[in-house]
Amino acid sequence: MSQTVIDRSAEVKRLQRREGWKRRLPLLPALLFTIAVTQIPFLFTLFYSLTRWRIDTTDPREFIGFENYGSLIGDKFFRDAAWVSVQMTVASVLLSLIVGTGLALLLDRKFVGQGFVRTLLITPFLVMPVVAGFLWKSQMFNFTNGVLNWLIRQAGFEGTEFATKYPLASVIIVLVWQWSPFMMLIVLAGLQGQDASVLEAAKVDGATSWGTFRQITFPQLRPYLELGTLLGAIYLIQVYDHIEVITGGLSSSKNLPFYIAQRSVGGGNVFGLASAYSIVVVIASIIIANIGLRVLSGLLEDDS
Amino acid sequence: MSSKTGAVVGQNRPVSFLLGLVTWVIGLLFFFPIFWLVLNGFKDELDANSTPKLFFDPTLEQFTTVTESQAGVLSFGTAFTNSMVAVLVSTFFVMILAVPAAYSLAIRPVRKWRDVLFFFISTKFLPIVGVIMPLYILGQTLDLLNTRTILVVLYTGMNLPLAVWMLRSFFAEVPKELIEAAQIDGCKLFGQIRSVILPIVAPGLAATALLCVIFAWNEFFLAVQLNPQSASTIPQWVASQESGRGNFLAKISAASVLATIPVVIAGWVAQKRMIRGLAMGAIK
Repeated sequence: MSQTVIDRSAEVKRLQRREGWKRRLPLLPALLFTIAVTQIPFLFTLFYSLTRWRIDTTDPREFIGFENYGSLIGDKFFRDAAWVSVQMTVASVLLSLIVGTGLALLLDRKFVGQGFVRTLLITPFLVMPVVAGFLWKSQMFNFTNGVLNWLIRQAGFEGTEFATKYPLASVIIVLVWQWSPFMMLIVLAGLQGQDASVLEAAKVDGATSWGTFRQITFPQLRPYLELGTLLGAIYLIQVYDHIEVITGGLSSSKNLPFYIAQRSVGGGNVFGLASAYSIVVVIASIIIANIGLRVLSGLLEDDS
Repeated sequence: MSSKTGAVVGQNRPVSFLLGLVTWVIGLLFFFPIFWLVLNGFKDELDANSTPKLFFDPTLEQFTTVTESQAGVLSFGTAFTNSMVAVLVSTFFVMILAVPAAYSLAIRPVRKWRDVLFFFISTKFLPIVGVIMPLYILGQTLDLLNTRTILVVLYTGMNLPLAVWMLRSFFAEVPKELIEAAQIDGCKLFGQIRSVILPIVAPGLAATALLCVIFAWNEFFLAVQLNPQSASTIPQWVASQESGRGNFLAKISAASVLATIPVVIAGWVAQKRMIRGLAMGAIK
């Protein structure tokens, strides 16, 4: 009797295990692929960062512990690049978010040509970053034939060479031009998810438009704004193409990804040291990611 | 986007008209740089390099020049083929991997599916520059530098987390009863996916694939670091139009137009779905 019970519970466990694996199986290819492509190279970077290693010499790789991290603290160029990264990411995410929300609010009302204007507005997001960079550098910012400089001269002021005089601001302008439409798309989705009857009720109750926006629309938009911030930050922290094209990495626009690429695969060849830089960037990103993921878990809480 | 909430704020007509006008002006301003780029593509170098001109004698000269192939120079045709292969094959693999994964996370969720989803997203926070050195060394060891293969693998890895994330939420919207019915009828996993789930999530699938295509088509950093000599892609071809000798502004404009058109048109066609896919996909 008791023997059968044990058999049964063992059988149940076995079945549960089988069921668990059946559920996990479809997930495994994607999971293993992601681990192979992202995590394993990262472990290599971690290992490289503990070595002295240039790839342009035949000197063997030499294990030096944390020495690279020590020299990194005193590296002024690294600190500068880190500061540029912070400014560039924060400014471009925030500005895109503000402009994008404004655009979405303007678009979410009936007017003649609404669909056409929306099409115009999303186009910058679709433009290849390399092209966006060239376009702004050579046709908007340019001293002699740039449209911006032409406008400034028409207004009676002196023209200026934007990309060399204000490298960081120039890059941020182009980033905001490209990412505002993305933020706009996300906020639009949020606005369209609003319950029209609630808004109607607010109107009947005599709510002002500002009151409606602050008390009904904005709380509903919050998860969308958070999502926009998160996705924007993921991509904008890694900006490389725009810098390469617009300023070529001129000092005050050189962010960490650009600096690290320059010091390693871009010709610097100090793979050991550059790996240590990368690890610091990754740790900083993980800290930001944690904040971001907490936001995300807030997003995911409601629906389990 | 026939706006349900168009009457959010019940203003009077003049204000409404004025706001519509403001939106139009801003829309045109945002689009202006692209309009200007297209215009410059039809100018000759002299016109393109002088004071901004709205009126000129249009010419197709630049488009012919940039698409002509010269020995030893990356040609438009080669770059276009390389890009197409890298983009389409990687997007295909992304979908093949992401669809079953999304099933496992949404329809018959594994335990701790939330942690798994977080893991996928967290890999996007790893700056690519953090792994560029091992990728370069690995590519060198496996003889994959300057090949399309390495781009296909990396673009798949780059877009997979986003695709899993978006698809999971689309899958979560599929009514459970439908799937159970299919199971009772004896449908196996792939049968369920093909005959029940895919038809429902098709728009979301399209939006996801499109986003993958956009990101892969526009990708420059990996291509330039790992494929500097051959298997170069369209962004590299555009960048290569900047020559040391003579004026190149009109030529680059023409090249840029050609490079941008496929993705812009795809984006225009699918914009409504993208709005849905981007945000609904993530929030619901």
